[in-house]
Parts: sequence; structure tokens; C-alpha cells
Amino acid sequence: METFLQQTLNGLVSGSIYALVALGYTMVYGILGLINFAHGELVMIGALVALQTVTALSGAFPGLHPVILLIAGVAVAVPVCMAVGYLIERIGYRRLRNAPRLAPLITAIGVSFLLQTLAMIIWGREFHVFPQLVSTTPMQPMDGVVVSPLQIFTIVVAFALMGGLMLLVNKSRLGRAMRATAENHRVAGLMGINANGVIAATFIIGSGLAALAGVLFASNYAIAHYAMGFTPGLKAFTAAVLGGIGNLPGAMVGGLVLGLVESFGAGYIEHLTFGFLNSSYQDIFAFMILGAVLIFRPSGLLGERVADRA
Amino acid sequence: MTTNSTALPLPASFALDRRIQRPLVILLALAAPLVALSMGKSWVRVLDFALLYVLLAIGLNLVVGFAGLLDLGYIAFYAVGAYTWAFLASPHFGIHLPFWIVLPLGAAFAALAGIALGFPTLRLRGDYLAIVTLGFGEIIRIFMNNLNQPINITNGPQGIDSIDPLTIAGLDLSKDLDLFGFQIPSLTLYYYAFLACVVAAIILVRRLQISRIGRAWAAIRDDELAAKAIGIDTRMMKLLAFGLGATFGGVSGGLFAAFQGFVSPESFSLMESIVVLTMIVLGGMGNLAGVIVGAIMLTALPELLRHFAVPMQMALFGKTLLDPEVLRMLLLSLAMIVMMLVRPAGLLPARTRYAHRDRRNA
Amino acid sequence: MITLLESRAVNKRFGGLKALTDVSLTIRKGEVYGLIGPNGAGKTTFFNVLTGAYAIDGGEFVMNGAELPSAKPHLVVQHGIARTFQNIRLFRELTALENVMAGHHIRSSAGVWGILTQSRAAREEERLMQERALEILDYVGIGRHADTVARNLSYGDQRRLEIARALATEPQLLALDEPAAGMNATETAGLRTLVDTIRGDGITVLLIEHDVKLIMGLCDRVAVLDFGKKIAEGTPAEVQRCPDVIKAYLGGHRAH
Repeated sequence: METFLQQTLNGLVSGSIYALVALGYTMVYGILGLINFAHGELVMIGALVALQTVTALSGAFPGLHPVILLIAGVAVAVPVCMAVGYLIERIGYRRLRNAPRLAPLITAIGVSFLLQTLAMIIWGREFHVFPQLVSTTPMQPMDGVVVSPLQIFTIVVAFALMGGLMLLVNKSRLGRAMRATAENHRVAGLMGINANGVIAATFIIGSGLAALAGVLFASNYAIAHYAMGFTPGLKAFTAAVLGGIGNLPGAMVGGLVLGLVESFGAGYIEHLTFGFLNSSYQDIFAFMILGAVLIFRPSGLLGERVADRA
Repeated sequence: MTTNSTALPLPASFALDRRIQRPLVILLALAAPLVALSMGKSWVRVLDFALLYVLLAIGLNLVVGFAGLLDLGYIAFYAVGAYTWAFLASPHFGIHLPFWIVLPLGAAFAALAGIALGFPTLRLRGDYLAIVTLGFGEIIRIFMNNLNQPINITNGPQGIDSIDPLTIAGLDLSKDLDLFGFQIPSLTLYYYAFLACVVAAIILVRRLQISRIGRAWAAIRDDELAAKAIGIDTRMMKLLAFGLGATFGGVSGGLFAAFQGFVSPESFSLMESIVVLTMIVLGGMGNLAGVIVGAIMLTALPELLRHFAVPMQMALFGKTLLDPEVLRMLLLSLAMIVMMLVRPAGLLPARTRYAHRDRRNA
Repeated sequence: MITLLESRAVNKRFGGLKALTDVSLTIRKGEVYGLIGPNGAGKTTFFNVLTGAYAIDGGEFVMNGAELPSAKPHLVVQHGIARTFQNIRLFRELTALENVMAGHHIRSSAGVWGILTQSRAAREEERLMQERALEILDYVGIGRHADTVARNLSYGDQRRLEIARALATEPQLLALDEPAAGMNATETAGLRTLVDTIRGDGITVLLIEHDVKLIMGLCDRVAVLDFGKKIAEGTPAEVQRCPDVIKAYLGGHRAH
């Protein structure tokens, strides 16, 4: 029972981070029908920019309160990622909107590797320690279950962001324009919606979420690295497909489910395979889920909101 | 495509008369190792690798360029071929089978892996395939890295060494050959063996391209719905492309293992898949000549960077700002983006033909 | 008259929307059958269900006495139905010749092994396929463009090429979805002659068209769809007099 609760908690932490990243994939897919491969790299950029800011600030003003450092880190990382996300769309994808579908996909991969390489040039190949800005001192609410303030913080922030995004999309003018553009660019344009602006806004919002996810991710694993975006990016994509790509609540559910499955999988894999596989195989769960979903329920758990563009 | 692929005129050197062009290419291919040898053995090694990459690129082009299926885990099939060879022709398990058993087996395993992978994804949109293949590449790597316990199958990250070299009719290609007093280095022997494979691959792929199957692939790539509407079983045809493409990967993987004498998971990273993809994009998707040129250019690139970029940076800045590996990644990623935006048909934009055509009509 | 294709109470729904309700009609061998109706009446949906692009939700299609498979477009072609698209869908990077040869796919049989070894049978089949494709291109009147890449053809020629590609599947029923859309008067007249020729060669034609004049001049029989239901069927002259049709076209019952 204790293991069960503990794994649930761990799963919720990583799952809520996946969900944040998955939202970015699903929003862009919903509007452009494009898998933005470079999205995972924004997680990495968010983490590294925040780290750089925190390091610079604490160097200049030693003794600054960690919460202020955290806020400053986020305050720099989010706009930087938003700008990068905007540039990716503006320079990389916009011209290819009507090109054969392979072209934007290949460009997206190119952008992904370009961002990784640039990060490698700027921050080097080494792993950086990400400072503990929120306490990780374990608390023990009950026997055998350990939880840290950071974990609680992560879950709360992620859920707050998801709630905010849902409000934005469902209640605001921009949200309505986004939904209209997702239905049909041309018609939305005829109705006076600036489709280019809406698409740019989608990239910017998704990138901001990715930056925050990056900070949360790096805080939880206490590490930042130029290639750290790849795996969470891939898993977040899986989460988006799991929930039904193009579907915002689906991305959130998919992220949480994936986090839980991974966490339980890692906890029990040795028993399940009679010791043949161990927790170093944790990363294959995401792909196994992806494969299973694609075979048995390609529209995802909550179905595809956007009609198939055949 | 917004940019017309035929808009840019060919440089004169590419437009040479076919009658001159073909013998020239053959001569160049045959003489290349001799020229390279005079510059140093390491250059022959580069050529050998270039041919392995050409083989890989031809296989991937079948999938991406002909059928329009984006496969981002192609290197996994290379790994399957390489590990098959390593398992069945090395002291690791103490098995030493000859190449004519191991190579086809590796190809068959790779083909099976390709079909197994394609099966669940091929009725879905192409982007899913890209991600699933990406994931598959990673899974294979995770298994290669971790299947050293509880039973040691892959020997984990250390990899497998002392792999048997390619031995054809008693001729061991890993040893220099003494032919009437001439010393032919092992690297050169491998070069010609690989060249033979590449030529065979080109012939086979050309035959597929100009056939009902090649046209069916092109049809699926250009408009899947219309392809179905003329009766093409698109799933079957995609599986075929996937399986055949993987076969090429498997063969080149086996050759790689024999040539290198050593395999480890490190050789099969995602980066390698991306490199092969860039070769195709750079030269021109679908078009064989372009793909080959792209493969050769990108294999030579790291060597050129090592020889030229480093001294140049030293001269200009007094230190190496960007090491060749970083520079290579930078150039690769930029190449992918810029090519798609500016010249999507590739550096050698020749139209791929899918039918024989009488000259008199052309 | 022999029946070629029969639709029996065909239904199609999109969510809550009934796109087709119990559509039954009979197409006879050798005729040109027109399907008309106002925008959104369900003509193209009917086409898509017939040719397997959409799954059928009720009823069936019977071709030469055999039920057609649902949602399997590539199998429908084997039953002898070929189609064109309202918005032209050619293989844009292939030449006209290669497009038509691709249309021959199901009428050829060379396998991987035969192709890789260039067996005599495979080579012979390839040669015949090319010959036949050139004939078809001449037949629809674009033989001189055999080596032109499809996307570089003029609009009218692209329409013709699409018909040629459909003919290459050797259909008994050729289904044309608004073939005259976007054509000028000369091109339309040419199309009319072509459809006449095709009928003359024993191929049954099913035609969706907006251009009522073209339909009336070309079709032997016509069915009218409105709101997914068949409201009339008969010769063009009969249908033209039918009050329901007049109402549908003039929008009488759309007011409320």
C-alpha cells in the first residue's frame, strides 16, 4: 500500500510536467496539424536560461532568498522561450504551411538539433547542477510515504497553469480565435481573424509552458543539460497522442496517465519480468504505450477534437 | 512545394553528356581508393565509410524519398544487422558462421523488425510514423545497453569486439593482399567489396523505382487518397517499402560490424539516423544520384572540418572556438532547415523517373 | 437493360447529421447517369461512400450482383469502379504517362522478385503497360503531354489526365465528380465529347455536376438529391418538370 501511494505521488509529479509539455504539442498540432519536434528543446532552454539567471543573480547578490531567485529565473526563462518559439514558427514553419507534409517535419527535426547544438555551444556538454530553490527536505505524512515541498509545489504549479490555459482557451477572445483557426484557417481568416497572429500566439503560449516545465523538471532532477529536452519531449508527445492529439484536456490526462504508468512500471517491472528487466528500462514504457495506443485506439483516450485532415 | 524544383539551372558540370558522365563516374569510383591512398590510409577509411553510408542512404531513400514515409529510427535496422553479425561471427558466443549466412540473416531480421514496426503505424498519418520510429531507435539502443544482465547477450555499453572480418572465398579482407608483388591494403579491399554492394544496390533500387511498385510508392507519397482510389493497397505497399528499406539497413550494418571488428550501442545513436536523413535531404529526396552525392559529402565533412576548420580557427582566433563535432552538428541541422526552406529538391535536382521512356519521344 | 450498380437504402451520418438517408438508385449498363442537387445535398458524400472513402452506415451497394466492400477504396476499384475528384488529385511529381501507368497498378501483377530480377514476364508487362498508357493518353487527347510532369499541365489537361488515370484501372463504371468545374466553354465542350466517346466504348458513366445544361445534354437519366434524400429520378426532361426539384433548386422550402 505504501509503495502504491509513493509511486502514485512520484507519477503525479513527472506526469504533471509531461502534461505541461504535451499541451504545447497538442496546441500546435490542433492548429497546424504539425508535430513540432523542436518543442522538447524549449524545455531544455527554459531550464538552462533559468539556471543561468539564478547563477548570475546569486553571484551578484549573495544571500538572496531562493524564492526571489526562482521567480527571477522564471521571469527570464519564460520570455526567452516565448521568443525562441515565435522565431521557430516565423522563420521555420510559416513558409512551409502549404508544402508537402514531409518538409515541415524535416525542418522541425533540423530546428530541434540546431537548438541542441546552440545550447551545447553556449552551455557546454557537461551536466549542470540545478540549485534547490524549493526545499526538497522529505516530509513523511504517513509511514513509508515520502513527499517533499518541491513535489507538492510542482503539482500545484502545473495544475494551476493547466487551469489557466483552459480558461484562456475557453473564455477569452484569443481562445475563441484559436479554436476557430484550428477548425479552418481560411474560414477563420474570412471571419476577420488574423490566422498568422493566432498561430504565433499558440507557439508563444506553448513555449512559455515548456519553459516552466523545464524549470520544474530541472528542479526535480536537480540537473540541467543541453540534451535534457529530448526524452521529456518524446514522452510528452506520447502523452499528447495518448490523450488524443489536438485535444487539450486529453494532453493533461495523457501526461498524468503516462507519469503514473512509468512510475508503477519502474516500481514493478522486476517482478513482472521475473528479474529479467530492471528499472533501467523505465524509458521504454512510454514507447510501449505509444505503440499500444496507435494500434488499439489511435484517436487517444479522449478522442481527436480536430477532424482528420486527410 | 512552393519552390519549383526545376527553377534553378544545373551547373554546367552536372549537365555533362550522359555518354561522358557514366564512364567518368565509373573511373572515379574505381580510382578513388588509389588517389586516397596517396594522401594517407585514413582517407581510404573515410571512403569505406562513405560507401557504407551510401548504402544506408539508398535504403532510407527508398522509404523517405520514394514512399514518402519519414523514418527517424532507421539506424536501428543498421544496428540489427550489425549485432546479428556480431552474435553469429565472433568469439562472444563462440559462433563463427560465414558471411553468406550471416549477412542474409541480418537483412532478414532487419526486414522483420521493419515490418513489425510499420504494421501498427502505417495506416495512420505520417508524423506518427516519424515519432514511433524515433522511439523504436531508442528502444533498440536501450536494449543494447542493458541486455548484459541477468544474461549477457549484448555485453552492454562495452559492446562486442574481435568480430570476424569479411572473408570471401577464403580471402580475408582484413589482411593486406599480396598480388604479384603488389600490396593491396585491407582498406582498399573493403572499398571494392563495398563498392560492389553499392552498385548492386543501385541496380536493384533502380529496377524497383521503374516498376509498378515504384510508381505505387510515388503515388502514395504524392497523394495517398488518390492512390487508394486507383486501387493501390497502400498499407501493403508501405510495409513493402519499410521492409525493403530495412533490409538495406541490415546489410550495411553487417558489413559495418565486419569492417570495424567492433560494435557498441554508441554507433547507433539517434544522431546517426539524423545524419543519414540529412544525406538524403541534402542531395535530393528520391533522386539516387543526389542521395549518393549527399552521403559522400556528409561522410567527408567531419574529416574536412578536422583538416581545415580547426587550423582556420587557430589562424583567425588563436584558438578553436568550435570543435569539429559541434561544427558538424551545426552544419547538419542548418542544412536540413535551409534545404527545406530554400531548395527542397536538393542540391542535385534531377527528376526521378518512374517509367522507361523511348528516347525518340523525350 | 442490364443493371450495373444498385444502391439500396444507403445511409451515411456524420455525428448527428444525416448526410444520406435511404438513397436507392439503379444505374444501367452503358448509360450516363447524372447525380444533381443543390450544394450540400450529399452528392459528393454519395460518391465517397460508393468508392469506399467513407464507411457506409446502412444499406448496401451492389455491383454486378456482388455487394461492394465498405471503406476499402482499393477493393472497390477491383470491382470495376474508378473515380475522379472534385478538386483534382493527381500524383503531382509524376509525368502524365507515369500517372496513367500508376493507374494500371491493379491490372498488373509483377512482384518484387520478378522486378528485382527483371524477369521476362515483368519486362514484358512493363512494356505493355507503357504502350497501353500512351494509348489512353491519346484517347483523352493529351498524348503530346505524356512526358510533362502533372503539376505543370494546364487545368483542363489535368482534368483529362485524371480521367485517363481512372480509365487505366479498366473500370466498368467511371464516376466523375464535377469534371467541368472551373472549365471554360471550350474545355467543357471538349469534355462533353470525351464523355460521349467513353460511353460509346461501353463504359458506364456516373456524373456529379453543377452545370445543369451539361447534365441535361449528356445524361440518359438523372437523380436529384436534396438534404441527403433522393427526391426525383428519371430522364432529364422528366426531372426538370418535377415540382420537388424546382422547389429544391429555387430554394422554396429553405425559407423556413
